[in-house]
Amino acid sequence: MSISIYHKGTKAQREKISVFVSLWLRAFFPWLGVSLFLGLFFFYPLARILWLGLTPVSLLTITPESFLLTSHSLLFTFYQSFLSTLLTLLIGLPAAYLFARFDFRGKALLRLLTAIPFMLPTVVVAAGFNALLGPRGWINLGLMRLFGLDSPPIVFVYTLWAILLAHVFYNTTIVIRVVGNALAHLDPRLEQAARSLGADARRAFWRVTLPLLRPPILAAALLVFLFDFTSFGVILLLGGPHFATLEVEIYIQAVQIFNLPLAAVLSLIQLLCTLAFSMLYSRIVTRLAVTTAPRPAEANLHRAKTGREKLFVGGMAVLLLALFLLPMVSLPFRSVARLETARGERTAVSYGLTADYYAELFVNRLGSLFYVSPFEALTNSLLYAAATVVLSLALGFPVASALAHPRRLERFLDPFLMLPLGASAVTLGLGFIITFNKPLLTGHWSPITSPLLVPVAHTIIALPFVIRSLQPALASIPDRLRQAAASLGASPSKVWFTVDWPIVARATLAAAIFAFTVSLGEFGATSLVYRPEYPTLPIAIYRFLSQPGGLNYGQAMAMATILMGVTGAGILLIERFRLPGAGEF
Amino acid sequence: MKRFFFLTMLVMLALAACAPKGPTALTVMTHDSFSASEAVITAFEQANNVKVTFLKSGDAGEALNKAILAKDAPLADVLYGVDNTFLSRALKAGIYEAYASPLLVNIPAEFQLDPQHRALPVDYGDVCINYDKAYFADHSLAVPGSLEDLAKPEYKDLLVVENPATSSPGLAFLLATVKHFGVDGYLTYWRSLRANGVAVVDGWETAYYTNFSASSGHGPQPMVVSYASSPAAEVVYAETPLTESPTASILAPDTCFRQIEFVGILHGTKNRALAEKFVDFMLGVQFQEDMPLQMFMYPVNPGASLPEAFVQYAPLAEQPATLSPDLIAANRDQWIADWTEAVLR
Repeated sequence: MSISIYHKGTKAQREKISVFVSLWLRAFFPWLGVSLFLGLFFFYPLARILWLGLTPVSLLTITPESFLLTSHSLLFTFYQSFLSTLLTLLIGLPAAYLFARFDFRGKALLRLLTAIPFMLPTVVVAAGFNALLGPRGWINLGLMRLFGLDSPPIVFVYTLWAILLAHVFYNTTIVIRVVGNALAHLDPRLEQAARSLGADARRAFWRVTLPLLRPPILAAALLVFLFDFTSFGVILLLGGPHFATLEVEIYIQAVQIFNLPLAAVLSLIQLLCTLAFSMLYSRIVTRLAVTTAPRPAEANLHRAKTGREKLFVGGMAVLLLALFLLPMVSLPFRSVARLETARGERTAVSYGLTADYYAELFVNRLGSLFYVSPFEALTNSLLYAAATVVLSLALGFPVASALAHPRRLERFLDPFLMLPLGASAVTLGLGFIITFNKPLLTGHWSPITSPLLVPVAHTIIALPFVIRSLQPALASIPDRLRQAAASLGASPSKVWFTVDWPIVARATLAAAIFAFTVSLGEFGATSLVYRPEYPTLPIAIYRFLSQPGGLNYGQAMAMATILMGVTGAGILLIERFRLPGAGEF
Repeated sequence: MKRFFFLTMLVMLALAACAPKGPTALTVMTHDSFSASEAVITAFEQANNVKVTFLKSGDAGEALNKAILAKDAPLADVLYGVDNTFLSRALKAGIYEAYASPLLVNIPAEFQLDPQHRALPVDYGDVCINYDKAYFADHSLAVPGSLEDLAKPEYKDLLVVENPATSSPGLAFLLATVKHFGVDGYLTYWRSLRANGVAVVDGWETAYYTNFSASSGHGPQPMVVSYASSPAAEVVYAETPLTESPTASILAPDTCFRQIEFVGILHGTKNRALAEKFVDFMLGVQFQEDMPLQMFMYPVNPGASLPEAFVQYAPLAEQPATLSPDLIAANRDQWIADWTEAVLR
C-alpha cells in the first residue's frame, strides 16, 4: 500500500510523506525505550492474562452476587482512597511549606523521618502501629493503668481510622517531595511583587503562590490517590477482614478461589479507573501549567521570625515527629529488647536489653538451604535498588523531557504511564507466568527464573514517580533562557549543560530517591518474581515472621531496623550527593 | 538519548547471558514455606550429578494456580506443596504425571489420597488452636475441651482466627467446624462464636504475632488458630533456652484439621528420570527426618524418627477432623462465601 503511494505520488507528495514520517518518528523517539520496556514487561503480560480471563464463555460464569460484591468493594475503594488522599494533603501541604520555606535545626533529619515509611514493609508498619495504638499498645496500657480501666479505651486497629492513618503515614512523603520541590524553587519575586502592590502575606499566598502550585499539588494528589486506590497490605493488616478493596477482592478471586474471569473483570475496572483519573489529571494540568523562571531553593528559605511563624514551625515539627517517630520507634526498641515477664501477664510487661537478635542473624541455626545472612540480603537489596535507579532514570528522562513540552502524542500517551500504579500485582504476576514461562532468546533460559526480573518489576512501579518528579522541573525552564544562551553563541549541548542541567539536577536526585526507596521496600511484586537464592531485606523479614518463636520475631525486628537504617543512610547520601554543575537548585 | 538505548541493550544482553548452563538441572516449584537443610539437598545433588533449582511461587494456592496456568510449558519438573484442600483442583487440572514410587509401600494408606499416584504425600500436620498456658493458669481457667466450649461465656473475647478467604490455616479451621457440625450446622456455630467475640484477622502472621498473647507480639487473645507443631517452634526458636513451651495445642476430638502436603511430577517434564529420583528422595528417610525442624510438619514415612522437640512439645491430635478432597473442592468457595456473610458482614 505504502509502496504504491510512493510510486504514484509526485515528488512533492513523497517529500510530504517522508517529512511527516520522520517528524512522527522524531516525536516518538523519546518514547521508544519506555514503550518497549512497558510493552514487553507490563502491557503484554497484562493483556495476556486479561484476555485469558475475559472470554465470552467465561464471562457467563459471573453471577449477580459477584456484581454486588464488585460494586460494594469499588465503592469502599473510592471512599477510603478519597478520604486518605484528603488527609494526606492536609498534613503534607503544610509540611511541604515547612520544608520549602523555613530553615531550622534538625530539618534534614525531620525530612528524612518522613521519607522512611515509604519503604517499610506493611507487616512491620502494622507491628509498629500495634505496639503504639493496639489493644495492648503503650497508649492503651498507659491509659488503663492511669485510670484503672479493665479494657483498652482506644479501639484503633481494624477500624477505618487505622487504614487512613497508615495511608497518611506512608504517602505524606510524596506530597512533601513533589509539592515541596516546586515550592522551594518558585520565584519569590512574584510574591514580593504582590506584596509591594499592597497584598498582605496571606492574600499573596492564596492569590499568587497557591495558584502557581496547582500542577504539583494535583500531581502529588494523583500519585497518593492511586497508591491508596490499589492499597492491599494496609487494608488486610490494619483494616482487617471487614474491609475489602478491589485489590483485596482481586487477590481472593485470583489466588484463593481461582475465578480468573471475575479477577480479570475486577482488574480491568481498576485499570480503567486509574486511566480515567490520569486522563482527568492530564487535562487539568495542561490547562494550569505556567512557566516561571525557577530560583535556587535558598532564595526562598528563611528562619522563623514572627511569633506566628515560630508557632507554625514548632507545631508542625511536633506533629510530624508524633506521626512519624512514634509508630516507628518500637521497631528498633523491640530489636534489642526481650520480654522478661511471663507472657500471659495482661498488663505488666518488662523488657531486658539484648543483642541476641542481631547476633542470631548471622547464624544458620538449622543449616537451612534458604538461610540468608543480613549482609547478603542487604547486598541483594542495594544491587536491585541501584539497578532500579539507573534503569528508571534512563527510561524516564527522555519521556519526562518530552512531556515537559507536550504535543498531541504526549497528551495521548501520558495517562498510560500511570497505569502500572493501577495494575494489581497478583494479576500481573499471573500474566508474567503465562508470558515468560517459555524459553526466550536462548534455548534453555526462561526469564521467569532470572533474578533480573526483580529490578524490572521495581522499575515498572518506580517509573511513574521518576517521571512525575522530573517533568515539572523540566517544564519549568522557560524557553527564553535557552534562546538567550543560544543567541550568545552556546552550542545545543552547552545550552543543555548550563541552562537545563542545573535546574533538573535537583529533580533528578528526588527521582533517584523515589526509585531507590520504591525498590528497597517493594514486596508485592518482588514476591512474585524473586529468586529464593537472592532474597531482599523485606523478603527476609517476612521469612522470619512466617514461623513461631521469640527469636524469629526479634530477628524480624532487627532486620526491619537494618532496613530503616540503610534506607535512611541511602537517602541522606543521595541528598548530599552534589551532581557536578548542579548549583543551588 | 543513545545512552538509554545502550543501557536497555545491555540489560537485555545481561538477561541473555545469565542462562544457567550444564545439562542436568532440575527445577522444583514450591510454596514459600518450603525449606530444607543445605546438607541434605547437596547430598542429593552430588549423588545424582544434578543442580536443583527451587522456584518459590507464593503460598500453596498461588503456586498451584501458576502451575495450572503454565501447564502447556511447565515452569518446573516437580511441584511440591499442594495440600488436601487444593488436591482436587490440581488433579482436575491434569498438571501431574502419575508415578508409583517404590517408597509408597512404607507410607500409611491414610495419607495416599490419590489412588492413581499423581500426587504423593510428603508430610502432614494438624491445624489446631494454640493457647497461652500462663494466661489460663493465672486466671484459673480450664482449657476448652471441644469446639462447643469456645462459644461459652467464660471464653468470650479470647480467640483469634484467620479469614478462610485469605489464609490456609483459617480455611482448615473452618473445615474442621464443617466436619464437626455438618453442612447445616457450622454457620449456626460460627454465629455463636461471633456473638462470643471471636476476632478475625487476615492471616497467620497477624493472628500469631499481633493478636496472640503468648507470642512476642504480646497481643490481647490467649487462643489462636495455629499448628500442633507451633509449641515446638516456640522452644526451638526461644529467645532464652526453654525447658517448657509457653504454649500448647488443644487436641480434643475434631478441634484440629489434618493437612497433608503432596509432591508430584509435572506433566510435560523433560527430566522424568531425575524427577522420579527427587520424588523418591522426598519420601526417603533422610529428607523426612530433616523436614520437621525445617518446615514444622510431620513426616509421612514411619521410618523417619522425630526430633526431640517434636516428641516433647508437639503431640498430634488423636482424632483430627478430615474431609474428602472432592467434597472440599466442590464446596470450598460456597463455604467461604457463606462464612463471610455470617461472620464478617
